[in-house]
Amino acid sequence: MANIGKSLMGWVDARFPATETYEYHMSKYYAPKNFNFWYFFGVLSMIVLVNQLVTGIWLTMSYNPSGEGAFDSIEYIMRDVEYGWLLRYMHSTGASAFFVVVYLHMFRGLLYGSYKKPRELVWLFGMAIYLALMAEGFFGYLLPWGNMSYWGAQVILNLAGAVPVVGEELVTWVRGDYLISGITLNRFFALHVVAIPLVLVALVFMHLVALHHVGSNNPDGVDIKKVKDENGIPLDGVPFHPYYTVHDLVGILVFLAAFSAVLFFFPDGGGYFLERPNFEPANPLKTPEHIAPVWYYTPYYAILRAVPSKLGGVIAMGAAIAILFVLPWLDKSPVKSMRYKGTQSKIWLGLFVVSFIGLGYLGAVPSDPVKTVISQILTIIYFLFFLLMPFYTSMETVKAVPDRVTGGAH
Amino acid sequence: MSTDGVNVDRRRLLIGATAAMGAVGVAAAAVPFVKSWNPSAKAKAAGASVKADISQLEVGQRAVFEWRGKPVWVVRRTPQMLADLPKNDAELKDPTSSEEGQQPEYARNAVRSIKPEFLILTGICTHLGCSPLFRPEVAAADLGADWRGGFFCPCHGSRFDMAGRVYNNVPAPTNLVVPPHMYESDAIVIIGEEKA
Amino acid sequence: MKKLILALCLVFAPSWVLAGAGGGCGELPVCDKAPVDLRNKESLQHGAQLYLSYCSGCHSAKYLRYERMAQDLDIEPKLVEKYMMFAADKIGDPIDPKVNQKDQAKWFGNAPPDLSLETRFRSPDWVYTYLLNFYPDDKRPWGVNNRVFKDVGMPHVLDPLEQQLGPEEFEAAVGDLVNFMTYMAEPSRVTRENMGVWVLLFLALLMVPVYLLNKEFWKDVK
Repeated sequence: MANIGKSLMGWVDARFPATETYEYHMSKYYAPKNFNFWYFFGVLSMIVLVNQLVTGIWLTMSYNPSGEGAFDSIEYIMRDVEYGWLLRYMHSTGASAFFVVVYLHMFRGLLYGSYKKPRELVWLFGMAIYLALMAEGFFGYLLPWGNMSYWGAQVILNLAGAVPVVGEELVTWVRGDYLISGITLNRFFALHVVAIPLVLVALVFMHLVALHHVGSNNPDGVDIKKVKDENGIPLDGVPFHPYYTVHDLVGILVFLAAFSAVLFFFPDGGGYFLERPNFEPANPLKTPEHIAPVWYYTPYYAILRAVPSKLGGVIAMGAAIAILFVLPWLDKSPVKSMRYKGTQSKIWLGLFVVSFIGLGYLGAVPSDPVKTVISQILTIIYFLFFLLMPFYTSMETVKAVPDRVTGGAH
Repeated sequence: MSTDGVNVDRRRLLIGATAAMGAVGVAAAAVPFVKSWNPSAKAKAAGASVKADISQLEVGQRAVFEWRGKPVWVVRRTPQMLADLPKNDAELKDPTSSEEGQQPEYARNAVRSIKPEFLILTGICTHLGCSPLFRPEVAAADLGADWRGGFFCPCHGSRFDMAGRVYNNVPAPTNLVVPPHMYESDAIVIIGEEKA
Repeated sequence: MKKLILALCLVFAPSWVLAGAGGGCGELPVCDKAPVDLRNKESLQHGAQLYLSYCSGCHSAKYLRYERMAQDLDIEPKLVEKYMMFAADKIGDPIDPKVNQKDQAKWFGNAPPDLSLETRFRSPDWVYTYLLNFYPDDKRPWGVNNRVFKDVGMPHVLDPLEQQLGPEEFEAAVGDLVNFMTYMAEPSRVTRENMGVWVLLFLALLMVPVYLLNKEFWKDVK
């Protein structure tokens, strides 16, 4: 039996780099042995991506992307299709889970300098994935055609109107109509179901190829390739398979438990995963009491609102995302990991976290003069984290980085 | 890293246990995806049984109802039609309705129906799915002097008698299907439901 | 490992906290708590009767099919067909009286909305408090106003019921009605919760070999 397997693989390998690829990416990919909690979120992102793709395909089988039929089709899925409710909740919970997991994954990068040379391209692909993900969520949110879907899209699309000269035309062009209508819905459907998923899958592939080409970073920021044994294998490395496949299984199960707890017991997420106004169909004549984007966009929404001018707000919001792209070139520290950076880096990272979470809260609630001032302060702190980084990272006293990783024995 | 002193048996056991339980989990997770393809409540509602009112049907006439997208015929047969049925037997592929699946048990008889007077058939030719024409006229000019009345399919020429039984030497392989049905009263026949 | 669990708990804790997030209730500071118990079939059956008698004349519930209601509430389909189906021909049909919305808008100011999802849109507590807070007001077309929904266009449809029952019984009846409406907004809720228990139990069980497997392999790593 094993012999048939061997000769079958031999036949395939003579025509396709199957075993070679498996070894390169799994059984002979040497990952640092000291991965900690923060290193689960990459594989968890992939799990959620697969979840969104599969449940998304199944939902498309019953969903109706027309202005007249969309809202009804969601209830059709929830009530008439066998297990339709489960498919819907897997997809809606997955959308929020995606951002939880991706934000934690990105934070790991900030903690351990995963974006630094030679991994700048890994970071850039990752940022492109983040952008694509935000677009995917934006287009997807219109599809249920609820009242928040409609008005959220209305507000965000109108931002494009801030562009000088061509603003209004641009908005009309994106909408395909003089108002958000079934025409807009249909094209957002195509983008959400086909175009961006293809882009996402391609970018994830590139992200992984770029990573594996240089090898993974680790919590100490130590280059494990510097110390190898007589066979050329890093002393501090372990083959990804089986060590990290079994290790990640544990993390995946814990994640699935948290995910299932939400899905089966509070899929509405307290009104943050499935928002109340969206249980009413889209109504161009009735604005919800309080329009807010879904929770994962709220930090940027707060920045948008903090700036008094419309165009200024759009630029600030764009800059807040764009500045993340150039992070590899802002961090001038001689060390990678926060473990060995100076006090200033730690303080600024803490301030960044506080500002991001604070802005997130402020973006979700109605604004008032006091909250606007606080948003403005937090926006400034947010930007200062990046803008001052070339200075505090080069000026601070860093600790000595060991030659070998610390920790790792599980 | 060292792999000496590895307890291979324990590893095999744990891998096996994980794989087995994992497989159960995957199978369970697959169930909703597979089951979601079943007819939804909407499909079931649209495909629900149809109450056919036959109180106005005249003798010798055919009424057509729709059930699950298919035409269902109710023919009120004359005594002559019923008397002529046994005469066709020698020319039929399946005169005794022995073929499974073409009719429920209560229609596996000489007249292929519950009440001899009323013939109930799914009006779809068992050859390639056209809907045959109702040709009750005996010895019709185009069907020949031996024609004792029945159904003629214009697509490829298949012929069925006044009990829906298929003739020899025609493309259709089996008798016309008798759908599940039951009588709620003399006036109403429910197509798509059977007596419990 | 502990950090992972703690972190994930913290991550999802906001939803537990926010699950109870409230706010004002119209003119009232806080909405009363609706006695929702989706496993109490008697209450749901009573609520269904009330809904079909008092509400479905004007308000459609077009996402709920009679047949589904019969199944979930354990009501004999024949009884549903005989006593509850005013607005449809077949039991597989939805509760949709197909009243002309334009006419309704003329009579009431706004067309009475479909109520299939009302308790998810407003919250069960809101609907419960709303139904219990009509008061006489000469200035309004129907002679009533509402403390939760100011200047609402809806008459106090349940008034005859309120007159018939005492205050406590009326509250209980409204409780049953809101219970039914909560069921109607998400018929699969009880199934979902039951399934969740099994899923979490399974995952906990699966964690045993997975955790041991991980520990076993990492013995190799010094």
